[in-house]
Amino acid sequence: MSTTIERHLYDVVVIGAGGAGLRAAIEARLAGKRTAIISKSLFGKAHTVMAEGGAAAALGNVNSRDNWMVHFRDTMRGGKFLNNFRMAELHAKEAPERIWELETYGALFDRTKDGKISQRNFGGHEYPRLAHVGDRTGLELIRTLQQKIVSLQQEDFAATGSYDSRIRVFQETTITELLLDGDRVAGAFGYYRESGEFVLFEAPAVVLATGGVGRSYKVTSNSWEYTGDGHALALRAGATLINMEFLQFHPTGMVWPPSVKGILVTESVRGDGGVLRNSEQKRFMFDYVPDVFRKQYAETEEEADRWYTDPDNNRRPPELLPRDEVARAINSEVKAGRGSPAGGVFLDVSTRMPAEQIIRRLPSMHHQFKELADVDITKEPMEVGPTCHYVMGGVEVEPDTGAALGRVQGLFAAGEVSGGMHGSNRLGGNSLSDLLVFGKRAGEHAAAYVETLPSRPKVAKVDVAAAAEVALAPLVRPGGENPYTLQQDLQAVMGDLVGIIRRAGELTDALKRLQELRVRVANVGADGGRRYNPGWHLALDLRNMLVVSECTAKAALEREESRGGHTREDFPKMSPEWRRINLVCSLEETGEVHLERKPVPRMRAELITLFERTELAKYLTDEELSDVEAQ
Amino acid sequence: MKRHFRVWRGDAGGGDLRDFEVEVNEGEVVLDIIHRLQATQAPDLACRWNCKAGKCGSCSMEINGKPRLGCMTRMSTFAENELITITPIRTFPVIRDLVTDVSFNYEKARETPAFAPPSGVAPGDYRMQQVDVERSQEFRKCIECFLCQNTCHVIRDHDENKPAFSGPRSFIRAAELDMHPLDSRSDRKEYAQASQGLGYCNITKCCTEVCPEHIQITDNAIIPMKERVVDRRYDPLVWLGRKILRRDQLETRPAPSSVAAPPSSARLPASAAVGPDGHMDIAELTAPLQGGPSPFGDDLTFPIAPEELLYNHPDKGNKP
Ligand SMILES: Cc1cc2nc3c(=O)[nH]c(=O)nc-3n(C[C@H](O)[C@H](O)[C@H](O)COP(=O)(O)OP(=O)(O)OC[C@H]3O[C@@H](n4cnc5c(N)ncnc54)[C@H](O)[C@@H]3O)c2cc1C
Ligand code: SF4
Ligand code: SF4
Ligand code: FES
Repeated sequence: MSTTIERHLYDVVVIGAGGAGLRAAIEARLAGKRTAIISKSLFGKAHTVMAEGGAAAALGNVNSRDNWMVHFRDTMRGGKFLNNFRMAELHAKEAPERIWELETYGALFDRTKDGKISQRNFGGHEYPRLAHVGDRTGLELIRTLQQKIVSLQQEDFAATGSYDSRIRVFQETTITELLLDGDRVAGAFGYYRESGEFVLFEAPAVVLATGGVGRSYKVTSNSWEYTGDGHALALRAGATLINMEFLQFHPTGMVWPPSVKGILVTESVRGDGGVLRNSEQKRFMFDYVPDVFRKQYAETEEEADRWYTDPDNNRRPPELLPRDEVARAINSEVKAGRGSPAGGVFLDVSTRMPAEQIIRRLPSMHHQFKELADVDITKEPMEVGPTCHYVMGGVEVEPDTGAALGRVQGLFAAGEVSGGMHGSNRLGGNSLSDLLVFGKRAGEHAAAYVETLPSRPKVAKVDVAAAAEVALAPLVRPGGENPYTLQQDLQAVMGDLVGIIRRAGELTDALKRLQELRVRVANVGADGGRRYNPGWHLALDLRNMLVVSECTAKAALEREESRGGHTREDFPKMSPEWRRINLVCSLEETGEVHLERKPVPRMRAELITLFERTELAKYLTDEELSDVEAQ
Repeated sequence: MKRHFRVWRGDAGGGDLRDFEVEVNEGEVVLDIIHRLQATQAPDLACRWNCKAGKCGSCSMEINGKPRLGCMTRMSTFAENELITITPIRTFPVIRDLVTDVSFNYEKARETPAFAPPSGVAPGDYRMQQVDVERSQEFRKCIECFLCQNTCHVIRDHDENKPAFSGPRSFIRAAELDMHPLDSRSDRKEYAQASQGLGYCNITKCCTEVCPEHIQITDNAIIPMKERVVDRRYDPLVWLGRKILRRDQLETRPAPSSVAAPPSSARLPASAAVGPDGHMDIAELTAPLQGGPSPFGDDLTFPIAPEELLYNHPDKGNKP
């Protein structure tokens, strides 16, 4: 095996080519920094491509009463007040600019009658707010950013004769380790998937934009890329993770046929009139409206149905409750024996709209069900159930800059890999806008950070050699364990014991099993050589999945309440005391996950007055409430 | 139920079809079977995939000879005892097993001039009507699976045409920008003609046929661009000539290579239906459909019989 290692020098290295990574890279390049974009899959295939519904931004195009304050309120409500308020504020304020900017890059959103960007309804958003393109918004977003990068490369080509001179994409390249100089980021080490050869990026600033962790679950809408690499890289570099107990289970994943189990049915099916029924044909969501939401949701089917055409004078249907509520409701119906044959519930648009309208408004859903499941959604209902979809938790960052907290400097994070913005639950559509807002910020501040450095941090040779050895280990380990089996076992532990409904006993058991798995993962082996060897790639991803799963299980055991994407059967209530606490994970020298409690930052006075007292009373402790009143 | 699969395995140095007996369950797609092979019999079998829902365009392969997405090909579409043969997409150099080097497509994308924003219109002030954006939106559905590129006979088995020909994926990009209501460049069609090799395309429609997004590549992008390029460049009388003469006789571009069949597979990449004079049929006039005969040859029907399927490495002495 060759030991030569290709070296590249950059100012900013962006790991991840989804919405967050591409937006960060654009900003770093615009700031004049030599920028590399690294991605595990081909350029333009990152997970963002799969987002369907839209990007939330208070453009006010459909309902002029919408503005950033309403959006901020919805976001905080959705996250059950655990969100980092500053991130939610920046997000609500800046999302419109970021969306409009996409149009200058060539994006073509669906339009309103007066030619503006059209916006659609979505769970948890008070007004129609999601800028969209049919149900392939993520594709539009990623293609637009991809093409913007191409256009920057064309400018560079005109100026320097090389497309790659200022911004270069390294596709099908996986980063396995971040390299430090003291506490400063010095570079990133990885391998080309195609050749299996190693590559070293020396750079003073790294932006993590690696997305989520869903691959640790059996039923998931996430692809093989979602192994929590960024989370794990950050931990190993000395950064911290917050809110790892909060995972979003999307309420409506396909449950039939088995091969497509987990694949998403977009929320816009419900936003556009689709309803949920159990095996008794009952619209059961009316029975599951929690008190905190009672005022905003319709109580009768008639009122709910009127809302689609007259949203100003009617309350919204309970099918549009935040995702965690819908997921839990479906889970309860199935447990109570009122589920569909394949263990989900029915989602029906066929009786609600004429076929042409369904095909026009939900073209890719129609296509997806037709091709994948042989179901015609204009004629029959779909069978859906909860699927692991999004991780709210992630790298703890400084809200304004995206800089990772903890010991390390020069590390930034944006997009799904970062934590805090969405609190305990993310509203649909808030992710795509999050990618743009914080991707831009991370790119900008990574570039600014590079400016402040007196000299470039240096990569130590021994660290590179060590990283190479770790990466090669599975290939040279005779009789190592099969990585696919290990992955299945990990998925079983997480799916069964740290799933949507959690219990102390099971979580303790999960932690024990994760320890056992850790020993086995240390002994993983891979057959075959270094060229495009998926077994080897999985073997290397496993240790990331494992450490991130440990964080999730530990935090889930610690948080003794139910909130958003974390439901404890033994602690079914939301607790105002727990709302003040963030759970923060770091990695000890020994490789053990260390968990600590940190206070949630307090909202500024002018923001907290955006809420009515009665609403605050549902979330805050009495002490906090009297503080608010005193202001 | 166990079923018989043949999968091409190998790399740039060569390879062959391997036989596998694999369990198949109800409701599965071809990509599921590949995953099962990886998990049970061939852990290092290389195959790209991401979304498993026909949205990312990663899992392009040739299934019983037909270019398709593995994740969108249901097992139930095959006959009970049908042997299923999976080979890499053939137009691009193989890296390993089912993974090919598709960088050609990214290079061509990089050469196509980007969107040129209208000057003086501030972000947020863009106004467009739905009917006007819809035409371009059709092309923006493209998931970049490159199946159209793989199928187009101008470059399938004709590496020599690759420098001059950007392929249908690039044509729809040019068309999309051409139809973009606010794009400020007005030379998209001329560019397609002069620099993307639009003239090589003889509207056989095979690209449209394989597009998993059902984009009407030929009818809605290529033909309108050709027509209007011709409109602008030539007077109406010459337009008639276009229908009678071979395209490359009209334009000053070098002629596409003559399509002599290279022995690159058991199934000869059928001569692209050229007549004895080495010219393509004047498709627009004679064919029942607009667009011409299949570049695979008219006598070829899919699926191809298993014994005729083979993937021969293009670099392994199979070149003419
Ligand atoms: C089916 C589905 C539908 C969704 N619908 C919506 C929606 O309608 N609205 C909405 O707002 N959100 C939606 N989401 C959520 C949203 O799409 C994601 O949260 C978001 O796209 C994440 O973007 P990202 O930029 O953080 O990362 P991603 O787009 O996931 O990109 C991650 C990148 O990191 C790279 N990477 C990872 N690890 C490494 C490594 N070790 N080395 C190198 N590269 C690495 C990957 O290759 C990839 O390029 C949806 C999600 C799913 C799964
Ligand atoms: S119509 Fe035929 S020749 Fe033209 S691009 Fe499509 S496949 Fe190629
Ligand atoms: S046009 Fe169709 S076939 Fe061609 S790359 Fe796009 S989606 Fe694939
Ligand atoms: S895996 Fe994404 S298209 Fe097949």
